[in-house]
Amino acid sequence: MSGVAVIRDVPIKEWNLPSRGKVGMACLIAAESAIFIIFVVAYVFYLGKSLNGPTPRDVLELPIVSTVCLLSSSITVHFAVSALNHGKRSLCSLWLAATVLLGSIFLAGTAREWYQLIYHDGLTIQTNLFGTTFYSLVGLHATHVVVGLLLLSLVLIFSLGGQMGAKHTERLEVLSLYWHFVDAVWVVVFLVVYVFGR
Amino acid sequence: MTATNPTAVQVPPRRVLELIHDWVTTVDHKKIGLMYIGYSLVFLVIAGFEALLMRVQLAIPGNTFVSPQVFNRLFTMHGTTMVFFVGMPILFGFGNYLVPLMIGARDMAFPRLNAFSFWISAFGGVLLYFSYLGGDGLYGAGSAPDVGWFAYAPLTAHAFSPGHSTDYWTLALLLSGVGSIGTALNIVATTLSMRCPGMKLNRMPLLVWLYLVVSMMVFIAVSPLTAAQIMLVLDRYLGAHFFDTQAGGSAVLWMHFFWIFGHPEVYILVLPAFAFANEIIPVFSRKAIFGYPAMVAATIGIGFISLSVWAHHMFTVGLGAWGNTFFTFATMIISVPTGIKIFNWLATLWGGRIHFTVAMMFAVAFLFQFLIAGLTGIMLSVAPFDWQLGNSYFVVAHFHYVLVGAILFMIFAAFYYWYPKMTGRMLSEKLGKWHFWLFLIGFHLTFDFMHVPGILGMPRRIYTYESDRGWMIWNMIVSSGAAFQAVASLLFVFNLVWSFFKGAVAGPDPWDAWTLEWSTTSPPPPYNFAVTPTVDSRRPLWDLKHPEDPDSSYEM
Repeated sequence: MSGVAVIRDVPIKEWNLPSRGKVGMACLIAAESAIFIIFVVAYVFYLGKSLNGPTPRDVLELPIVSTVCLLSSSITVHFAVSALNHGKRSLCSLWLAATVLLGSIFLAGTAREWYQLIYHDGLTIQTNLFGTTFYSLVGLHATHVVVGLLLLSLVLIFSLGGQMGAKHTERLEVLSLYWHFVDAVWVVVFLVVYVFGR
Repeated sequence: MTATNPTAVQVPPRRVLELIHDWVTTVDHKKIGLMYIGYSLVFLVIAGFEALLMRVQLAIPGNTFVSPQVFNRLFTMHGTTMVFFVGMPILFGFGNYLVPLMIGARDMAFPRLNAFSFWISAFGGVLLYFSYLGGDGLYGAGSAPDVGWFAYAPLTAHAFSPGHSTDYWTLALLLSGVGSIGTALNIVATTLSMRCPGMKLNRMPLLVWLYLVVSMMVFIAVSPLTAAQIMLVLDRYLGAHFFDTQAGGSAVLWMHFFWIFGHPEVYILVLPAFAFANEIIPVFSRKAIFGYPAMVAATIGIGFISLSVWAHHMFTVGLGAWGNTFFTFATMIISVPTGIKIFNWLATLWGGRIHFTVAMMFAVAFLFQFLIAGLTGIMLSVAPFDWQLGNSYFVVAHFHYVLVGAILFMIFAAFYYWYPKMTGRMLSEKLGKWHFWLFLIGFHLTFDFMHVPGILGMPRRIYTYESDRGWMIWNMIVSSGAAFQAVASLLFVFNLVWSFFKGAVAGPDPWDAWTLEWSTTSPPPPYNFAVTPTVDSRRPLWDLKHPEDPDSSYEM
């Protein structure tokens, strides 16, 4: 290695950098937030501009149960992380299962709502601007819920198999950050679509 | 790395397969960086060829070299390829290669995501060009998109663009966007979480700072394009009405969404060019960069302001007086931090001992040319002026002045500067000088004179023009410059290949530079650093070479 400068490794007192998992997830959240913002902008821009067909006021009802379930699932996933941090595997599995269950109830609620809208109220993505922007925004969110549930189920399987320990807390925390993001998006969607937009 | 054994002649087939397998499955940031760069060079030649065809068609009025339909595809593919499959990959390629080395890290934060981002971007490029075969556009079986690189609605609606050519455009860009976001995520996580001990944020090389800002801009800018692409696909295939005026939708909404992406995108493309300048100009002036904190602040300022100027691409749409005024002012403001950067580069040169290596020659040309490009940009930022010159060749001349005169010139400089590190060989300075002068002449012939037909009223995206417009002489000059650029580019490619085998051996630090990548062998070992370095200043190699006068005595 002649001619190569060797930099001596002199110990530095403290060199703490943020965890790359959390930084990476924060970046992903930033990018996904930008996508959601554009869909929300489209929704708001087109409010009241549909030429015909059902309006939000006509067909939307507040999805209270679904919302409560989804927001509670943020709490349960937080408890799951906490349990894993203390090495309590079965408790972690329990909270993870609760999270998956609550998230699934949310999806089921959305499915029921959409069935009602499509078959009884005659609102599809093609019907009018409201239909277009509603289904794309809520659908994009639901897609993110599905991805989150898949990941959470995978972790649940690992947890039930006894393969997870306290040392995996960091990773579970990164996943929980994603789940919190999904919930936060729902808060915005709920307010824009079901509260202010009706 | 194969470069360490230049005398190997015969390679048995099994060894070739192993080599290919190694590169296809690699997660090493250096190899991925080189693949990005190689990939974009291939597309540079292809898109350059598309430009040549257009210039032949436009050289004389009433020309029939290509049909109007082919011409429409040419300008669409040329623009789309250059932005997404040359510009983005080559800049991410250099970033991938250099960022971990410059911060003393072993690799990127997420090596597998890195590989995934490359391959998905590569697939996007292949998909775009597959459209020539599978596109099934309006004019017959199979063809490429012809809707312009910005694909305005409602031209892209299914009714007006039947077949699949637009869909290839959409999907290729979606994939490229996913790749860009993945690489940007990697760069941010690497920069924030993997710096070597002692490398505080204000000791990072400016290149790393600029790539950090670029990556954050990618998150905010590329996502709107992704959202708009999803909306377009929903419109085309599920009967949605996002951009469907018949249902009350708005074609202008596409313009807003596209340019909310499109304007920050051009800053995403230019900031890496600034990053290269920040490294190359100091080394060949034998002076540290002037005003490091101001450079960081200016970069962040450019990042923020660039998010607020998008509608200067829409002055002719009818935004109203307040809209036009706001965007005029915002666009003018961005010249302040950009001007600060130019002054700081000049101040770095001032009083320095300048070495006119080929890399430095390209960097000096960059300074002049970027300034002029910025000035024509300020001219266009004045809305009433833009009403005359929008959609004319003046705009084409302006943005090519930035893209070629600033960005491509600095990319060439970056090649001449870092090729020794990447391959262990020096590029031939003699061939480099031919490359430089030929390309300079060609660039100025084409893009200086291109402003004139713009002012004389020649619109963009026309496949021919009448002979009594008075545009012919200018178009001929513009087209002749293209020939010089083509020859110069071929010389450059030849230099790259020839020097790989016959170039002078480089050693670890041929330029007597100061940042960490020059402390490794050329090319670096796969693990980058045998021992994680510790740094005390912005120029760790200067400290090593001049222990009696370290930078740490001067920096705060």
